Amino acid sequence: MYDAGKVLTGIVIFAVLVTFPFFLSAGKAGPKPDPKLDTPAIQALGAEKQCVESKAFMKANHMQLLNDWRDNAVREGHRQYVGLGGKKYDISLQNTCMKCHSNKTKFCDECHNYMAVKPYCWDCHVAPKEKKA
Amino acid sequence: MLEKAFYGSKLYWTWLLLLLGLAGIGFGTYLIQFNQGLKITGMSRDVTWGFYIAQFTYLVGVAASAVMLVLPYYLHNYKAFGKITILGEFLAVAAVTMCLLFITVDLGQPRRILNVVLHPTPNSILFWDMVVLNGYLGLNAVIGWTILGAERKGVAPPQWIKPLIYLSIPWAVSIHTVTAFLYAGLPGRHFWLTAIMAARFLASAFCAGPALLVLLMFILRRFSNFWPGSEPIRSLAKIITYAMLLNIFFLLLEVFTAFYSNIPGHMDTFKYLYVGLDGHGKLVPWMWSSAFMALTSIILLVNPGTRNNESILPWTLVMLIASTWIDKGLALVAGGFIPSPLEHVTEYWPTAPELMISLGVYAIGSLVLTVLYKVAMAVKQEVGVEVPH
Amino acid sequence: MSIDRRQFLKLAGLSAAAAVGGPVAANILMRSQLQAADETPAPGALTARRWGMVVDMSKFTSEADIQRCVAACDKAHNVPHIPTKQDIKWIWEEKFGNAFPDHEQVYLAESLESRLFPVLCNHCDNPPCVRVCPTQATYKRPDGIVMMDFHRCIGCRFCMAACPYGSRSFNFGDPRPYVAQTNPEYPTRTKGVVEKCTFCVERLAKGLRPACVEASNGALIFGDLADPNSEVRQLLKERYSIQRKTALGTHPSVYYLI
Repeated sequence: MYDAGKVLTGIVIFAVLVTFPFFLSAGKAGPKPDPKLDTPAIQALGAEKQCVESKAFMKANHMQLLNDWRDNAVREGHRQYVGLGGKKYDISLQNTCMKCHSNKTKFCDECHNYMAVKPYCWDCHVAPKEKKA
Repeated sequence: MLEKAFYGSKLYWTWLLLLLGLAGIGFGTYLIQFNQGLKITGMSRDVTWGFYIAQFTYLVGVAASAVMLVLPYYLHNYKAFGKITILGEFLAVAAVTMCLLFITVDLGQPRRILNVVLHPTPNSILFWDMVVLNGYLGLNAVIGWTILGAERKGVAPPQWIKPLIYLSIPWAVSIHTVTAFLYAGLPGRHFWLTAIMAARFLASAFCAGPALLVLLMFILRRFSNFWPGSEPIRSLAKIITYAMLLNIFFLLLEVFTAFYSNIPGHMDTFKYLYVGLDGHGKLVPWMWSSAFMALTSIILLVNPGTRNNESILPWTLVMLIASTWIDKGLALVAGGFIPSPLEHVTEYWPTAPELMISLGVYAIGSLVLTVLYKVAMAVKQEVGVEVPH
Repeated sequence: MSIDRRQFLKLAGLSAAAAVGGPVAANILMRSQLQAADETPAPGALTARRWGMVVDMSKFTSEADIQRCVAACDKAHNVPHIPTKQDIKWIWEEKFGNAFPDHEQVYLAESLESRLFPVLCNHCDNPPCVRVCPTQATYKRPDGIVMMDFHRCIGCRFCMAACPYGSRSFNFGDPRPYVAQTNPEYPTRTKGVVEKCTFCVERLAKGLRPACVEASNGALIFGDLADPNSEVRQLLKERYSIQRKTALGTHPSVYYLI
């Protein structure tokens, strides 16, 4: 190989640079996200606590649901959603979702922070006021 | 071929480093704008397009001017332009790159720029501007690179390049017509609502662009051995003369319509620009300087003695470029917004961050131009003799 | 296998394009799994074929009357108050010569010369702003309202150049520091998007009239211009009205009874 010394040195430096985030945070994994559902609004739902859709669906699809809601409510003017069990909901992030999940920092942010996801909905949409814990 | 850009004198590398530095500072300033929003510019609720869009408008004209070399050479076999068509094409690449950058830095939500592609809107002129600008960039990049590559190898260029070259001719006209349409179809802006807008744009493009090209050739002569000879320079000077005469003639036509009809909507902006309106007149000294430089450059261009004098011509062209730049790069955009649709006068002046970002974009464009011209010059030096293309 | 540099680069380029472009294209083509029928118009919404507004200037007797409407709109929609030339306004007041430059004349009736007029987006039937928007972030609804989709707006401000009435505002910076009192039921906007009056579509969906109309004590009348029996049509039949810049052919939906 021509310039074997330089090439191998380059490969080693490259490998170190590419893997340094991994071995820098080795053993420092954050705690598993624990989104809390203990808001007054949710407790008031009684025994039959039900979201717009099932927990499994929401876990996987809430992003898509919100996108669809956004386009349907704003662009089509369709502001009513028929959810789980035929229940009807007003399509609104602030006035429907956040009415029950009024603890954004202990619910939404739990998983989002863990996954380093920064949805910029909150640049415009007003997050519910929370008491400083 | 690109590797030729990596071999150069100390001066060449210093120039590149300087441009990179300016581009870096511009980019850093842009990050501030990205974070804080366009409030750091001089724009306002009444004047919502400013320096960035004005530069984009001016540079589209510069880009379109490549056709002034391509048309005579490829359609009419004007051999004198054979050596320099590549310079026009590469200038077009650099200019369109800057246009796209200026549009991007002007956007309020640049993260969403792909929405223009994801939600195509054929009734919007801005959609078509995106199409023709990107198309023209691609056309000139492919044409220039292919022809240069063929020249380097000493062969004729491939046959498929000919239709692309012919396409680039009306396409050049289209990019500036579409840009003019951005302005000329808006019902509330009487300064812009004129059929002659596209014609004025093209006339000023075809004098300013080739003027810049000739200046670049003088610069190339200074820093490399390249000189196409007097004939192409003189031909271009003639083209520039007629285009500038048309450009000023069209401006005077506008002035006549406004002031003979005496309709306030038509007159108000001219008044603001040349004498001030409601006590506001930041642009007045600029406009009269532009007029003086336009007149002077026309006199020096019309007179063959001064036009063909290679010591005087560069200064004439500098004045011409400055004059057209003030007209298109300062007056046109701000003028359309003053007075506002509610008959208020809110003046506009670019802020320091705005100018710094613009300087950064110009630096990037100059960088692209320098690298492309370096490659072209190196190929021409390597080949020595001109290959028919 | 021998491969030259040019072929390798071509192959690498195509592979990269496919690796990036493939999933993106698939994503776009296979949009949502949710049923379209799950989202429907809300019951109890106010509907019309063409929403319009009549401004009864005889009922705007003082500046305070207009300010009440302005305050209601600003409060309902978190409209910021920015004290510079980069301000934002959805409904505000102008003098006659500014609101109606086509009607300006020497020797104007005294009642018009000193009066202030509420101005807002005209929700034109032939809106130039909609024509120029490259992303359809502003679009005309079937009920005539010229709507804003703040999610899609790229902030190019072409609509602001196109509007002949100066009805649109741009968020040059983050508006939140300038919002006096945030209404938690309505979003703010963020920097870089254009905004304007939307005829309170979110209130119409709940069967409520626009905020300014409600606060106007009958000075603003809102109704269906396409319904010949509506209150707005009756008013236009009985009383003399003018509109702003009619010569431009925009067909505004806002009429002024002067």
